Amino acid sequence: MVTVRISRWRLGLTLGALLVAVGLAAPAVTTAAPTAAAQGGTVLRVALTKQVDSVNPFLSITQAGTELGRLMYEFLTTYDAKDQHPVPALAEKWETSQDKLTWTYTIRSGVRWSDGQPLTAKDVAFTFNLMLTNDVARTANGNFVANFDSVSAPDDRTVVIRTKTPQATMLALDVPIVPEHVWSKVTDIAGYTNDTTPVVGNGPFVLTEYRANESIRFKANKDYWRGAPHYDELDFVIYKNADAATQALIKGEVDLINRLGPGQYDSLKNAANVTLNPAKGRRFNELLFNPGAATSTGVPIGDGNPALRDVKVRQALAKAFNLKDIVSKVAGGYAEPGGGLIPPVFVSYHWQPDASQARSFDPAAANRELDAAGYPRGAGGIRQGPDGKPLTLRLLGHNGTAFDEQTAPYIKQWLSDVGVDVTVQLVSDSQVNEITSGGKYDLAFSGWGANPDPDYILSLHTCSQRPNADGKGGTTDSFLCDPQYDALYTQQLAEFDQAKRAELVKQAQQRFYDLAVGVVLDYDNSLEAYRKDRFADFQVQPDPGGVIMAQNGYWGYYSARPVAGAASSGGGNAGPVIGIAAGAVVVLAVLAFLFARRRRATSAERE
Amino acid sequence: MTAALVTAEEPPAPPQGRPGGGTLRYVAGKLGGAAVSLLSVVVLGFVLFRVVYPGDPVLAMTHNRPATAAQQDELRARLGLDRSVPHQFLDYVRGLLHGDMGTSYTFSRPVTDKILESLGPTLLLVGTATVLATILGLWLGIRGAWRRGSRFDRTSTGIALTLWSAPTFWLGMLLLIATGQLFPSGGIRYPDTPPDFLSQAVDVAHHLVLPCVTLIAVIYAQYLLVMRSSLLEEMNADYLTTARAKGLRDDLVRRRHAVPNALLPAMTLVFLQLGLVVSGAITVETVFSWPGLGLLTYEALEAPDLPLLQGLLVVFGGAVIVMNLLADLLYRVLDPRVRAS
Repeated sequence: MVTVRISRWRLGLTLGALLVAVGLAAPAVTTAAPTAAAQGGTVLRVALTKQVDSVNPFLSITQAGTELGRLMYEFLTTYDAKDQHPVPALAEKWETSQDKLTWTYTIRSGVRWSDGQPLTAKDVAFTFNLMLTNDVARTANGNFVANFDSVSAPDDRTVVIRTKTPQATMLALDVPIVPEHVWSKVTDIAGYTNDTTPVVGNGPFVLTEYRANESIRFKANKDYWRGAPHYDELDFVIYKNADAATQALIKGEVDLINRLGPGQYDSLKNAANVTLNPAKGRRFNELLFNPGAATSTGVPIGDGNPALRDVKVRQALAKAFNLKDIVSKVAGGYAEPGGGLIPPVFVSYHWQPDASQARSFDPAAANRELDAAGYPRGAGGIRQGPDGKPLTLRLLGHNGTAFDEQTAPYIKQWLSDVGVDVTVQLVSDSQVNEITSGGKYDLAFSGWGANPDPDYILSLHTCSQRPNADGKGGTTDSFLCDPQYDALYTQQLAEFDQAKRAELVKQAQQRFYDLAVGVVLDYDNSLEAYRKDRFADFQVQPDPGGVIMAQNGYWGYYSARPVAGAASSGGGNAGPVIGIAAGAVVVLAVLAFLFARRRRATSAERE
Repeated sequence: MTAALVTAEEPPAPPQGRPGGGTLRYVAGKLGGAAVSLLSVVVLGFVLFRVVYPGDPVLAMTHNRPATAAQQDELRARLGLDRSVPHQFLDYVRGLLHGDMGTSYTFSRPVTDKILESLGPTLLLVGTATVLATILGLWLGIRGAWRRGSRFDRTSTGIALTLWSAPTFWLGMLLLIATGQLFPSGGIRYPDTPPDFLSQAVDVAHHLVLPCVTLIAVIYAQYLLVMRSSLLEEMNADYLTTARAKGLRDDLVRRRHAVPNALLPAMTLVFLQLGLVVSGAITVETVFSWPGLGLLTYEALEAPDLPLLQGLLVVFGGAVIVMNLLADLLYRVLDPRVRAS
């Protein structure tokens, strides 16, 4: 009885072990197959570390989501790869009426949807009208049509848009144009995932597979009007861990990666076959001074320190910051010290204070000016306000953001050097939003990604963006309300001459700088890397010094060329075979060890 | 003496007796308790994420992109956030009763879909890891207890405790770097694996190795320790002496007499752990980009995607409640002493 039990048990184990061994060994034979199949075409594999929310172009709002949208759907115009000025895309030319209210776009002829249907002006008008009539369709890009009066297509090649007021941003309409013959059948846009592949589009790539949180696959659009891309497939692989994505690049599992941290980027410096691209980015980090938050009706809200209402105090404090230290110590050297609101990557709109206007790092001057402003040093070296209370400021930041966490101690130290006490409060993103929109801060970290058109970034500091009388609906960044700034903002929005508009945009930035309601601390580089043994000729934007991924366009992906002789998809091929074989060996060894022990133990017990 | 021997041998046998009226009442009581717990989870989920949670979700969703105040109001109305809190709660409960957990803010998809989509990968990863960790932990625990203080015992307990205390993130990254080219850096499969079943299965198995090993390494210690200590308690029991006196080999004494009696605490732990299986392993899934519920939770927290968080809380809470209920019911089957009380 006993022996039967044991042998049954052992039989079970043996069978199990055999199954495991076979299961592990079989792959060793079959894993060659996927690689061979993949060699049917060249694939550019990109690591995506940011969230793709949706591939429905009307709903997608994350940067990664809209970047994929740009590959699938063209806009009327796009942005030049060299200097990011608007250039023709679906619209090959355009004209404006005398009163600047009517825009007539001529749609390129011969463009086809990826299912072979011709693209006409009707599709364009359909897209805009859908957004005008359906509030769900306005979710992602509603701001572009907010000033539209009507959109019509008098013939197959002409689109006429009438706006309510003159609008200088009519060549920066980042609205994906969708096919009417597909989308007119969509009854519920909110519930439409748009991932029934292949998804009909008109961009350089066609979506062929969408697996949420795993991968997104595109095939080259051979009929793309600019000409087919130079390779067959573009795969985005989702990584939630940038360190793992960096490893994937080193191992050759992916060919292109962006959004690297300085540490990850430096770790790639000695990696074989990897080219680094320390591109200029379009993001900036800033520190806001609460200038006395108020609603758009002028009623004060929040509890900002009254000292900061004095522009002289703000200007003095700004001189206490050493921006070069932020660049070298926080950003690892991969950033530029801040100046105007529009980052230097947008050459024509960027403004940098010249030597006479610049507030350089000068604690002595800051001390002098704070003394003069009526904040003398008191007990313990802390300055006192007119009310005799010590000058203590709260510094609000995002607890998940490396920049805020690392910069906060510097700010605290610098302000302490000029006699201002700082309490650091790092809280969740939504709490930061809540606190800042209620004006309940003194100093707060903020940061934005700018677009080729400067309108949006400038609009964040106008009077009307402040919350309404109930304290709700505010979209202001700084609570600034300055008639001169507002006048410059309004003028630039109505100025259709590019050079004159750029001049107004720069003046607005200078005004913002002088008022010191916010200090732009630095412009982050966008750190990218790619496998030079697999792909080359990535068109950066702007050129030189720009990015490959996260462009205002599709140039980086579109222009890439596979390197001759790089047919094998990197070093990952031998991986499965060796890995699984090694796994099998380990499992077998453990099992053998167990059996040996068991046998020895049993025989010992038998004696 | 004979009688004692017989009962000592009996317990592992499956119960033959008919459950009396007591069983029905016991089951009903447990079911009622579970229902109340589930209800509290639903209420807690709402209170946590709709009432207590700081910040306006619409502000978070429109942050860093152009959106006028009118657009924000439009969005607020569409999400039902313009209604009063009691009204929102009623909407939420009404939806739940129809199996509708609302729509994810981030993904514009039904929360139920998102959760079901991520359930499979999580069950695969955490299920496999739990089963393997249980086997490994129990086996090492039994071995260690049986030869308490031996070099084997000290080494295995030491290693288990070290791994148990190691930060999961760090351990995962270390494994990832140390194994070089052997295993993929993340995800559940390569995008270009052929769609046939065998290739897919092999690819998934290949991707499963590292996250699974990491997870086993950090959790098996608890099974080991519980099993080891509960077996140690039985070690000096009289019935073991009796079994030895009957002439049974040491191996059999352990397997047929000591272990079954020491198994109950470990069973409790296994069931508790099974309840937590669905909640996945947030850290491991994030390190290895494994598209399961843990990763979904991480993403929902990042946004913050309140309906998704609410749905996940209900699912996680529900899983623990159901598993505890099962454990309670199974106890009666496994241990006659529970039945008798």
